[in-house]
Order: sequence, then structure tokens, then C-alpha cells
Amino acid sequence: MSTPTRGTAEATPSAAVVRVSFDGRPLEVAPGQSVGAALTAQSITAWRATRKGERPRGLFCGIGVCFDCLLTVDGAANQRACLVEVREGMEIEGSCPEVPSEEPGGRA
Amino acid sequence: MKPIVSTDVAVLGAGPAGLAAAVSAAETGAAVVLVDAGAQPGGQFWRHRPETVVPEPDGRGHHGWKSYLDLRARFDAARHQGLITYLPGLQVWMAQQNQPTQADDAGFTLRTTPTVAVAASGAGVGAQAIVARRLVLCPGGYDRQLPVPGWDLPGVMAAGGIQAFIKANGILPGKRFVIAGTGPFLLPVAANIAEAGGKVLAVLESSSPTAWLPHLRAAAGVPEKALEGAQYAAVFARHRIPYRTRSIVTEVLGSRILGMDRVSGVRTAKVDVEGSARPGTERIYEDVDVVGFGWGFTPQMELPLSFGIETRIDADGSLVGVVDERQESSVPGLYLAGEVTGVGGATLAVLEGTAAGTAAAGGAVVPEKTAARHRRFAEAMHGAHPVPAAWQDWLSPETTVCRCEEVTAGQIMEARESLGAHDARTLKSFIRAGMGWCQSRVCGFASACLGAGPGVSPTAESLSGIAKRPLAAPVGIGELAALDADDH
Ligand SMILES: Cc1cc2nc3c(=O)[nH]c(=O)nc-3n(C[C@H](O)[C@H](O)[C@H](O)COP(=O)(O)OP(=O)(O)OC[C@H]3O[C@@H](n4cnc5c(N)ncnc54)[C@H](O)[C@@H]3O)c2cc1C
Ligand code: FES
Repeated sequence: MSTPTRGTAEATPSAAVVRVSFDGRPLEVAPGQSVGAALTAQSITAWRATRKGERPRGLFCGIGVCFDCLLTVDGAANQRACLVEVREGMEIEGSCPEVPSEEPGGRA
Repeated sequence: MKPIVSTDVAVLGAGPAGLAAAVSAAETGAAVVLVDAGAQPGGQFWRHRPETVVPEPDGRGHHGWKSYLDLRARFDAARHQGLITYLPGLQVWMAQQNQPTQADDAGFTLRTTPTVAVAASGAGVGAQAIVARRLVLCPGGYDRQLPVPGWDLPGVMAAGGIQAFIKANGILPGKRFVIAGTGPFLLPVAANIAEAGGKVLAVLESSSPTAWLPHLRAAAGVPEKALEGAQYAAVFARHRIPYRTRSIVTEVLGSRILGMDRVSGVRTAKVDVEGSARPGTERIYEDVDVVGFGWGFTPQMELPLSFGIETRIDADGSLVGVVDERQESSVPGLYLAGEVTGVGGATLAVLEGTAAGTAAAGGAVVPEKTAARHRRFAEAMHGAHPVPAAWQDWLSPETTVCRCEEVTAGQIMEARESLGAHDARTLKSFIRAGMGWCQSRVCGFASACLGAGPGVSPTAESLSGIAKRPLAAPVGIGELAALDADDH
């Protein structure tokens, strides 16, 4: 049987930037990075809030073990930002209470 | 419904152990399926930039890269000849022994799910079931953590997680770092950060170099480790990285930036032999944006445990699988290699994988003197870098222990004292510690210690209670439901 490999025909490995959006905001990121790395490189270090304390979470274990880094990618919920590779046109959504507003009780 | 792949030998994990196992089994003449959660071969140790972007990685920041290239060439050759079927991007969420139907041994079934949802990865990897006569499990491990006040702030990462970030992305997760914990692994992390242009303000090692004195003989048996050590020393000198022994982070400090809390510094202290902070030694590092913690590694035991294999507590306090010299577990036909038989580094993992793959394919295994030397070295390393006995004193009652369910140290101690919850499993059911998404992978060791009480080591029962996970990875309802359909 054939073996699935990363980077199908439409992937553009030579592209200098990949355009994605984070919570509707356009971002230009480097190809081949994880979503978590791409966000961190833009100084976005948290994109999820915990259920009880609404504490911010971003990357922790970096290898898919802790699930701190969950976010929504192209409509697929609960994806690990440290494992998903950025792709052109990707829509990334976090679940933090609105930033930078200070009011408590954003969406969980 | 879903495709089923049948083979002689299934290998789980494409790290040093799994790659060596797959290659050896194929070269011994078996048909092999290698399944791995990662998108490309390498595992944790040889993680590298996506080959779609960097087709020929130069191995910078890596050790043993030549061993990788050798294994990779043999792996690619075996794939080319159709001897190895490689299934990347799939996580095994369940492994079972088949019901024996004939006189022949029944073999094993692995059930998989895409690591990244198909909608999010854009790749067409769907779930697969793998049926094999022999199974080699090489799932590796992850950084072991001890909670400390403030460790759940964004900017705090596992030390290995920082290493993985750099190796996979070719960039740094921040600018100014403090690395803390124990063990020689803190050295390559700090060295890689510095070589990539980051500022390492300090490496804090809870143990002391004199702890090595009783183990020098074991260390001398593995001269290449001394060479590695000398290389790190040179990097530390070149980048002026302070290496502070008998030192710990007592608190991670945070500040609110753009409405979001994150790391801004650390409070540190010198400790005594037990790990108790010495009064008057406090020091603060400011303008820190990443703190990396590593207290050794925890082997990923849920799949081996699901077969009810015999286990033991290793020199570092980790629960590991018992194997014979052919790496066969107490379940016939089930082999283990790498971290799950004892945390011992990549070189040992390759030797074990080679033995496991060869044996699983029916070949003869020659006992390796080198493996024995590496095991002695690992044991010495664990002896010199223990989890400090007094670490529980670093916590305040408000310190978060379970990051997923937000259970505090105070709640755990209360459950221990008033409800008699002494093992991690009881803590799970009473106060939900370890019941969240990570299934106690991150807090399991710490909860087991807290349940046992100050200065007491958790038992094998407690550790296996937490490491038993009904599902090794989250799966959709559809995949669970399909179990009924394809079981006959
Ligand atoms: C994050 C991290 C970084 C590290 N960096 C270094 C370093 O820089 N230097 C150093 O000396 N040591 C490092 N180590 C330790 C080193 O990784 C080990 O010594 C060595 O890799 C062990 O090899 P292994 O084959 O047993 O496991 P690994 O290399 O961990 O390989 C295990 C493989 O199995 C896969 N896997 C696990 N579970 C499943 C599942 N359920 N389904 C499918 N696939 C699965 C994993 O994705 C992985 O690819 C690191 C460890 C970690 C956790
Ligand atoms: S950072 Fe731990 S799962 Fe992604």
C-alpha cells in the first residue's frame, strides 16, 4: 500500500510566507512551523482559558502530551497547536476571553 | 469499514528505538508496519524541521546525527523494497491481544486515529487498524514535572518542549530563558538555546556535581558521554551561561501584558541535600520570558500496561516494563524498547530497538556489552540526579498541581488527610486530579508523591494506577462505535 507523506502536491514548500488568520486577524508566518510556534513567534503566548479559573494557556509540553495548547483549526475543535503545521489560508481560533479587555468572564 | 493492514511485525514509534526495531526486523526478513504519531521519522531525539521545507537537514543541534542518517538510509531502503510500510501521523489509541482462533499464536491489533484532524492537517490520513503477529512498542516518554507556584503561567514550558520547539521550528520560543530541574539533559537544552541566539540567564540544577563521585566508574565506562559533557562546557563558557548547582526555582513570577498573564521572572534559592530552600539565599531573575522545567522523563506506559505486563520501579522512580535480554515482555510476542524499559538515552534506545526488532522477526539476538554499559551509566545518572526529597515543601496550598482540572496542592493534601486518598487513582475519583485532557500525564507523578506524603516515594501500584489509561489518545465517538462493528 502507498505511504502517506507530509506535504501533498498543493503544498508550496518554497513559499517565503504562509498567510493564516488567528481569531480573524491576518498573520504572515513562516512555512513549516507549528501553529503554536507561529503564534509564539508573533508574541501570542496564550490562546485558551481554563474552564474554572479562566487561566491563560499556550504551549507547555511542546510534544502533544499536555493538551494545554488546544485550539480550533479550520473548524476542527481541540487540535494541539504544537502538532498542527501551518498551511496557507488556515483559520485558527483560540478560546481566550477577549484580549486585551480587562473585564472578567469572557467565553470559556 | 476502515482499512486493516496485516503484517508480521508491527512497531509503534519512529524514535531511536522504533526506527532501529523496524529496520532490524525488516533486515531479518519480516514484513513490518511502523506506525508513529509524528509526521516524519525521528521521535523526540531526532526531531527536525519538516522535510517539505528543509529536505536535507544538516543535523545542527543534534547528537548522534550520523546514527540517524544510517538508520534513516536503511529505513528508506527497506521501504523502497516494500519491506516496511510506514504510517506516520497516526496515534495508536488502543492495543489488544487477538483471540486465538487456531493453534497459532493470535497476535495483536492496534487501533489508530489521525494525530491531527484530517480537516486541520489537509492530509488524507484516515484511521487504520493494524494486525500483527508480533508487536514492538517504542512509545518513548515525556518530561517529568514537579509543580511550583506560578508554573502554569504561559511562558513556562517543559525543558524537552523547548528543545522540541527549536528542533522542529528552527526558531526560539522567547528571548530570555531560565532552565531548571535536574539531570544532564538540562545542558543540551541550554546549549541549543544559546547556539540559536537566545540568552540563558541561568541553568539551575537541584543536585550537586559531587553527587557524581560515587558513580565515576559507571561514567568512565561510557567515554562518549564525557566528550558530550566537554562540548557543553565549551558552549556554556562561550555564551557565559551560569550553571548553578543545588539551586531551584521557588516561584515563577508573572505580570499582566496586554490583559494576559505571562512569565516575567523567577525567584530562586539554594537548597540543601534534601532539597529544602536555605534561608537567605533568595535571588530574583527579571525580564525572563521562558522558563523551562525538567525533572527527568516519564516513560509512556499506558499501552504496555494495557496488556498487563510485568513492571518495576526503575532507578529514577519511574514505572517501566520488565523485559528479557531479547526485549520481550512478560506477554509472549510483545517486545518493548527505549524509554519504556528504563530512561537511558538514545544510544541505548537504538541498541534495545535493534535487539527487539531482530527478536520479533525471529532472528538471534547477541547480548550487547555496550547496552549493559549504557544501562549502568543511566543508573548512575539517575542516582546523581534524584527528585529532591523535600520538593513538596516548595508548594503553597494554592499551587496548581493538575493543570487540566485546576486542582491545587491544598486540595490534594486535604483529600489525603481527611479522606485517606493516598494513591493517585483515589485522588482522581475524589477531587478529579489527573482527570482532564492529559489524563494525568503531566501531574501524575507529582500527585502520586503528594498522595504518598512528604518524603515517601509512590508505590508501583500508585504509579501504574495513574498510568493505566483506557484510551491512549482521544478518539471520536465514531471510532469507538466502530469497534463493535469490526470485532467478530
Ligand atoms: C520533548 C523531548 C525532548 C528530548 N530532547 C532530547 C535531547 O535533545 N537530547 C537528549 O539526549 N535526549 C532528549 N530527550 C530524551 C530522548 O528523547 C530519549 O532518550 C530517546 O528519544 C528515547 O527514544 P525512544 O525511541 O524510546 O522514544 P522517542 O524518541 O520518544 O520516540 C517515541 C515515538 O513514539 C511515538 N508515539 C508515542 N506514543 C504513541 C502512540 N500512542 N501512537 C503512535 N505513536 C506514538 C512518538 O510520537 C515518538 O515519535 C528528549 C525527550 C523528550 C520527551
Ligand atoms: S504543548 Fe502540550 S499538547 Fe501541545
